[in-house]
Amino acid sequence: MNLDFSSKNISFLKVHIIGFVLSSILIVGSIISFLSFGLNFGIDFKGGTLIEIETKEDIDISQIRNALNNLSLGDIQIQEFGSKNDILIRIEQQSGGDKIQQNVVEIVKSKLDNDLDSAVNYRRTEVVGPKVSGELIQAGTLAITLAVFAMLLYIWFRFEWQFSLGAVLALIHDVILTIGIFCITQLEFNLPIIAAILTIVGYSMNDTVVVYDRVRENLRKHRSLIIEKLLDLSINETLSRTIITSITTLLALLSLYIFGGSVIKGFTFAMIWGVLVGTYSSIFVAAPLLKYLDVKRDWTSTSAVDSTRK
Amino acid sequence: MLYFSRSKTILIFLTIGIGLLFASPNFFSKESLKNFPNFFPSKQVNLGLDLQGGSHLLLEVDTDVIINERIDNLTSDLRKLYREESLKISNIKIIDSSLKFKSASTAQSIINKIKDLSVTDSQNLLQVGSSSNLIVSVNNDDHIEILFTDEYKKLLTINAVNQSLEIVRRRIDELGTREPTIQRQGTSRIIIQVPGLEDPDQIKSLLGQTAKLTFQLVDQSVVFDPEKPDRAPVGSEVLPSDDNPDYKYIVKKRVMVGGENLVDAQPGFDPQTNEPIVTFRFDGIGAKKFGRVTQQNVGKPFAIILDDRVVSAPVIRDAILGGSGQISGGFTSDEANELAILLRAGALPAPLIILEERSVGPDLGADSINAGKIAAIIGFVAVILFMLFIYRTFGFFADVALIINLLLVLGVLTMFQATLTLPGIAGIILTIGMAVDANVLIFERVKEELRNGSSMINSIDNGYKRALSTILDANITTLIAAIILFFMASGPVRGFSITLAIGIFTSVFTAFTVTRYFISLRVRKMRSESVGLKI
Repeated sequence: MNLDFSSKNISFLKVHIIGFVLSSILIVGSIISFLSFGLNFGIDFKGGTLIEIETKEDIDISQIRNALNNLSLGDIQIQEFGSKNDILIRIEQQSGGDKIQQNVVEIVKSKLDNDLDSAVNYRRTEVVGPKVSGELIQAGTLAITLAVFAMLLYIWFRFEWQFSLGAVLALIHDVILTIGIFCITQLEFNLPIIAAILTIVGYSMNDTVVVYDRVRENLRKHRSLIIEKLLDLSINETLSRTIITSITTLLALLSLYIFGGSVIKGFTFAMIWGVLVGTYSSIFVAAPLLKYLDVKRDWTSTSAVDSTRK
Repeated sequence: MLYFSRSKTILIFLTIGIGLLFASPNFFSKESLKNFPNFFPSKQVNLGLDLQGGSHLLLEVDTDVIINERIDNLTSDLRKLYREESLKISNIKIIDSSLKFKSASTAQSIINKIKDLSVTDSQNLLQVGSSSNLIVSVNNDDHIEILFTDEYKKLLTINAVNQSLEIVRRRIDELGTREPTIQRQGTSRIIIQVPGLEDPDQIKSLLGQTAKLTFQLVDQSVVFDPEKPDRAPVGSEVLPSDDNPDYKYIVKKRVMVGGENLVDAQPGFDPQTNEPIVTFRFDGIGAKKFGRVTQQNVGKPFAIILDDRVVSAPVIRDAILGGSGQISGGFTSDEANELAILLRAGALPAPLIILEERSVGPDLGADSINAGKIAAIIGFVAVILFMLFIYRTFGFFADVALIINLLLVLGVLTMFQATLTLPGIAGIILTIGMAVDANVLIFERVKEELRNGSSMINSIDNGYKRALSTILDANITTLIAAIILFFMASGPVRGFSITLAIGIFTSVFTAFTVTRYFISLRVRKMRSESVGLKI
């Protein structure tokens, strides 16, 4: 296997329009699926009750469904979770506020204990009331916005506004695509997914910064090189690193996805997707964007104010 | 870049040594740690509730109840005032914690007396300075509106939450579970975390009751009329029975003695009927009050009322002067035990509402730890092999650094007793993948330098120098994300931000010192033996 791309001279800028079109399609697709399917919010954001049970003997899932359906608790989702005896029960938020919400667990537990042909082990119960779920949505949105904004400032501080804008556009691209995949797959969107998105923000930025760092260095080194060639050179020079780091990160994440248990599958999935999208976007979105953002060519002067643009 | 002074070398090894020392207890069982010498750290990593099993509850003190209680008190004080002043008062309404009524007079003198009501308030001496706690305004000539000042409401809330915290703590301590954490969150919320608890229902039922106990006389002047279920004479109230909500009692509002005068309550059995009961003892004041009332009311029934439900209504046979008694009410022995706990711990000033509950059974926690371990080991082996494959000798150095890095993460976690959660394990596994990044950046630089015709030593030197700023920039971005996550999240997700952040520091440290140190050793050897080094 040869992962040394430094001698290669792939012309990314030639195909950058294809990248932009692809990204645009994906973004529009994400927005459409967000508007039409929406996110499948977990109880963290929607409120409600989640109970994970393990039955000692094999029983049919319909037995659980029958037991719970006549409790008139509204929408109840029942699914196998990892193994046949491990079952996840989701009960929608009850109208009538936080107090009513609390009784659900007791009602369900006593019903299951009575009706099922098997002893039941309650592995996990989560109850989130309407007050908290509303706050968690706010906090999650705020955290992601804050993170993107912090990146914008940091890159601005370390580079130039053009880089900052390019990086943040790539970042928003990654966040939208991640939310999009959750709309399309209808995987549960819960609190850990917000953590995953924040990590993606960090990782994608990390990738972009490495490429940008090289662009800046080359801008100083090759002052007469046209910007397309300069960007291509920078992407190629960092390509080995981009790919190797993506592979090691993906190796670790895949191991977590396969062996890490059902509880964090969604979380790991988001991160795997984020690493793929983040790697793609630093090469095909963040770097080519610099072509259009009129980056400063003369880096001899340290002051950005009196510098001349090309 | 390849020269390490003696002091620097010592410092590097010291740091690693301390990290490893703190990480090491995690590889032994708790039993064998007891036999280790004292200087050896014995603390293991602190597992989150999602890994060791346990319950997390977020409660809110229902402060509206307290404000409404104060308004009720104010209303009766107001009536009394108008009676004393021989003024007519009508149309009393309580709307959104304000009190509105029609007054026969709106003269400044009566307004001032209303304002003074808060000062003479005897039951609860909550005062903000010497000024009144009430805002009194006159609307439409003859209507008066009374509001509590915001300061006063805030004070009421703070007091109620403080009191609730104390009582919640006492009730949970009675359960005898190990190391519960009870903290205030924001102004009116309480977080309770109880590790290793099998059954959160027990805690929920303990906290679900305010446990306000009162002894009140039964009003025998009227008979309960099912046609008019809410009708009671002035000064009395209708309360349901505890076992049968359809059965009502009419009791006098005046409280003979309250739960605050109890000094002890114990579960027991009635020697005659063998029925579970709760025996209690009053303090001096309580005993005196109770003795006096029972003396005056021999032959009449009194009601034992818990949270506005009549538990039982025995007839007073003799004056009870000893200051102790028993409550029977068809309890099971568990119920008697719980009631005794509640009475000992005292009444909550207001009901607690459970906003959020997350409980994990201990076996799911154990499963998660195992799955996390397996995933970590496999991910780790995969990354190690990959690095060896790509970078050979340099890859080996990076791998050694990775192992040290992981141990350091564990050491730091243990040293600061930060909480390791399931997402935290994911953070460590992510660190395995990302930690090699710094080395990759360096090695790729070295390769570039070599291609440009530099010697191996110069290439390594320049590789480290040139990669530094990129490594810092790249890691700071991830660190920013981790810090934001730390402040915005709570519980398991916060654990993720902690391991992620620790991983960033340790990976930059190991890449920059450990690998560099090994490479410098190798390069020195290469010089003396003129061994070729390939990357």
